[in-house]
Amino acid sequence: MEPLLLPPIPEYHRFDVYEAHGGYAMLKKALSMKPADIINEVKASNLRGRGGACFPTGLKWSFMPRESAKPKYLCVNGDESEPGTFKDRQIFEHNPHQLIEGTVIACFAMGIGTAYLYVRGEYKHWIDLVQKAVDDAYAHGYLGQNILGSGFSLEFVLHRGAGAYICGEESALMNSLEGQRGYPRIKPPFPAQNGLWGCPTTINNVETIANVPVILHIGAETYAKIGAPRHPGPILVGISGHVNKPGVYEMPTGVPLLDIINSYGGGVPGNKKIKAVIPGGSSTMVLRGDSLEGVCMDAESLKAAGSSVGTAGVIVMDEDTDLVKVLWRITHFYRHESCGQCTPCREGTGWMEKILKRFVDSDGTYADINLLRDIADNIEGNTICALGDAAAWPVQSMLKTFRGEFESRVTK
Amino acid sequence: MSTGEQVNGLSEGNLRRIEERKARYPQPQAVLLEALWMWQDEHGWISEEGMRYIGDLVGAPYHHVLGAVTFYTMFNRKPVGRHKLEVCTNVSCMLRNSERILRHIEDRLQIKTGETTKDNRFTLVEAECLGSCGTAPVMQVGDRYYENLDTSRVDKILDDLK
Repeated sequence: MEPLLLPPIPEYHRFDVYEAHGGYAMLKKALSMKPADIINEVKASNLRGRGGACFPTGLKWSFMPRESAKPKYLCVNGDESEPGTFKDRQIFEHNPHQLIEGTVIACFAMGIGTAYLYVRGEYKHWIDLVQKAVDDAYAHGYLGQNILGSGFSLEFVLHRGAGAYICGEESALMNSLEGQRGYPRIKPPFPAQNGLWGCPTTINNVETIANVPVILHIGAETYAKIGAPRHPGPILVGISGHVNKPGVYEMPTGVPLLDIINSYGGGVPGNKKIKAVIPGGSSTMVLRGDSLEGVCMDAESLKAAGSSVGTAGVIVMDEDTDLVKVLWRITHFYRHESCGQCTPCREGTGWMEKILKRFVDSDGTYADINLLRDIADNIEGNTICALGDAAAWPVQSMLKTFRGEFESRVTK
Repeated sequence: MSTGEQVNGLSEGNLRRIEERKARYPQPQAVLLEALWMWQDEHGWISEEGMRYIGDLVGAPYHHVLGAVTFYTMFNRKPVGRHKLEVCTNVSCMLRNSERILRHIEDRLQIKTGETTKDNRFTLVEAECLGSCGTAPVMQVGDRYYENLDTSRVDKILDDLK
């Protein structure tokens, strides 16, 4: 498959290079279409969100009220903080104009006048790169008032976070953007009815939006045939941990995990065996290295395997990895990032971390194993947002899949 | 950067930028994080004086600003060294020996994680995932990422950070 999100064209991040290779042609095309037809095209493409939840993008767009007395907003989610995930950064660096073009098309389709791109605070360097692209797009009339004489206007505002994983959760992101603590909101109401400043809002991931010009360019029908039929399109897969060639690779959905690890990722150093793989960022359920045969990078295949595609951040662990320590580190992260609103998550993540530290120090008990499981079960589903679930799933899956690793650390 | 001395307000340029930014949002409070960034860039850390000043600028009471500053981990609530070394130790970095990087810096600077060197040159902290897993281990210093670290590269980086 020819790369559609990260084309290997030198200096593609520059406005003139992007435009010379057909960039912004789809914006022009979109402005001549009916907004409802654009949404239908995105629906027909079967594009599903690339931020972790795999929600159908066209359907999400159709939730936005056509007529609204209040302003409508698009938030592009570039908070990218899920451990093992480093793909949106590639778009910021190598293809920011496609992100901008997709944003304009999305806003035109939904009748939105202001788009905010929220980027994690640590990415200051990449924020500056994207700001340059935004400035160029404004200077050439692709953003701002009366875009290309169409009568459609769009303001594009970059917004920098300040260090908080939870702000990748869409309702926390909105609170953060409003200048508050990044506390997730109770849903319903959903953002399409009551989002930023109480106005209709859509939140899409950076990579999702970068797919939009592609759909208009090759057509929904062709797009829907790329990769896995129920979760089609190009996908940016990040490979990290114990592989020879870590990095972000663009591929169609549906590539077998073993190909991703061995071909794209260059295999495991020292030809060691794979003990475990976290397929979609640290929140997704861990898979055994000896059960990867036939498992592919798409929503349906990973679901069948007992995990999920998440943000497609594949973390590979070789046979010598101390999984108890890995789980302790993951749980430390969720304890650190829990916003503190919901008791099960705020307290439970702390308890899980402390218990896991006992196992790291080979000081656990059999009762601790059950206690861990019990705490995780009581966090899952009992919190305002999915961070609680994200903290529970690694614990539940690790205990289920690698129970022996924990039992071997029991000393009393 | 921090000197501990009383410094008043923000530069003219930043004050102007804040007003420009306010025009891009329906409510001025949306500029809070950006205004706090400006304060931290100018003063190195965010004091109570700074929070009250920024609160007045964006129309937020002190307790609200305090709530934000204590929520977002990138804001320094006390003075830090000229260079804040933030070493990622999350899973992907851990699998590629970030712990050794952290220990090496501690040994070299003779401080523990969370501390600042006596000459006020470095503060060392542990960071959560920085989104650089493909080039692990990584550390952030200011706006810059240093990737694919090993101990000799760390030595060179520390030598160069005056």
